[in-house]
Amino acid sequence: MRKSWWKVACVVLVLYAIIGGLLMPVPRQHILNETIRNLYFHVPMWFTMILLFTGAFIYAIKYLRTGRLEYDIYSVALTKVGIFFSILGMVTGMEWAKYTWGEPWSNDPKQLGTAVCMLIYFAYLILRGGLNDEEKRAKISSVYNIFAFALMIPLIWVLPRMVDSLHPGNGGNPGFNAYDLDARMRGVFYPAVIGWFLLGLWISTLIIRTELIRYRRDNDFMLTKNKQP
Amino acid sequence: MQKISFLTIVFSMLAAGVVMAQENQPEMADIMRTDGKIYVVVLVLATIFAGIIAYLVRIERKINKIEKNK
Repeated sequence: MRKSWWKVACVVLVLYAIIGGLLMPVPRQHILNETIRNLYFHVPMWFTMILLFTGAFIYAIKYLRTGRLEYDIYSVALTKVGIFFSILGMVTGMEWAKYTWGEPWSNDPKQLGTAVCMLIYFAYLILRGGLNDEEKRAKISSVYNIFAFALMIPLIWVLPRMVDSLHPGNGGNPGFNAYDLDARMRGVFYPAVIGWFLLGLWISTLIIRTELIRYRRDNDFMLTKNKQP
Repeated sequence: MQKISFLTIVFSMLAAGVVMAQENQPEMADIMRTDGKIYVVVLVLATIFAGIIAYLVRIERKINKIEKNK
């Protein structure tokens, strides 16, 4: 295990979130009832997505500054895992909305904002799939990644807050704010966020390492090919 | 009306008897069956998570091996 302390931390924190999140006492709220515990599982998906996309954004900039394809590999892996977590977040949100808002999709501003954000990042993968030249693909997709990140911030953090939303924490609905999220819930929620983020990071490093092996093998092949004539 | 109320009394007594019978059963190590069996759900989630982690560790070991072989 390479530098495994944070992987152990990831397992401990998520396991704590699963056990504590289901068994520890939570505030009693109308409509939410026990689904308030989804805070420990649904919300960390989005936090993880945002943190992974931030990492991808940083590596996209790094790639453009240095031109090293390794950074592009980092950026892609982080984006892919971020998209995976966004899908989990959206599905869990819709499952929850079915039983609290009455239907899985109610065109809520928060749902729409995240859906548009997800489509932007899906397009990133399609864009990459359409380009064959390695360097051109890395350059264009890095620039696109920076734009996508710059669009994600208003779509997720600004626009849904400017209008009324059904989502907990918005428009007078109970949820993620100072007086509702009491100390007991914080004690599980923050470890859960850190744990799930570390899990996302772990999966990303596995993808990065396999892609680096592939990349180096291909380059070795190119080097030997160039030597032959 | 009186008949109905008599019947309800009989039924409620029967129901109470059933409940009493359940309560009088010998006590066993029943942690997994208390609180609406929520601990079973905890166990299931913990199992799924353990499985995912075991799988990740396995993939990681394989990658380590490939990285060393180069």
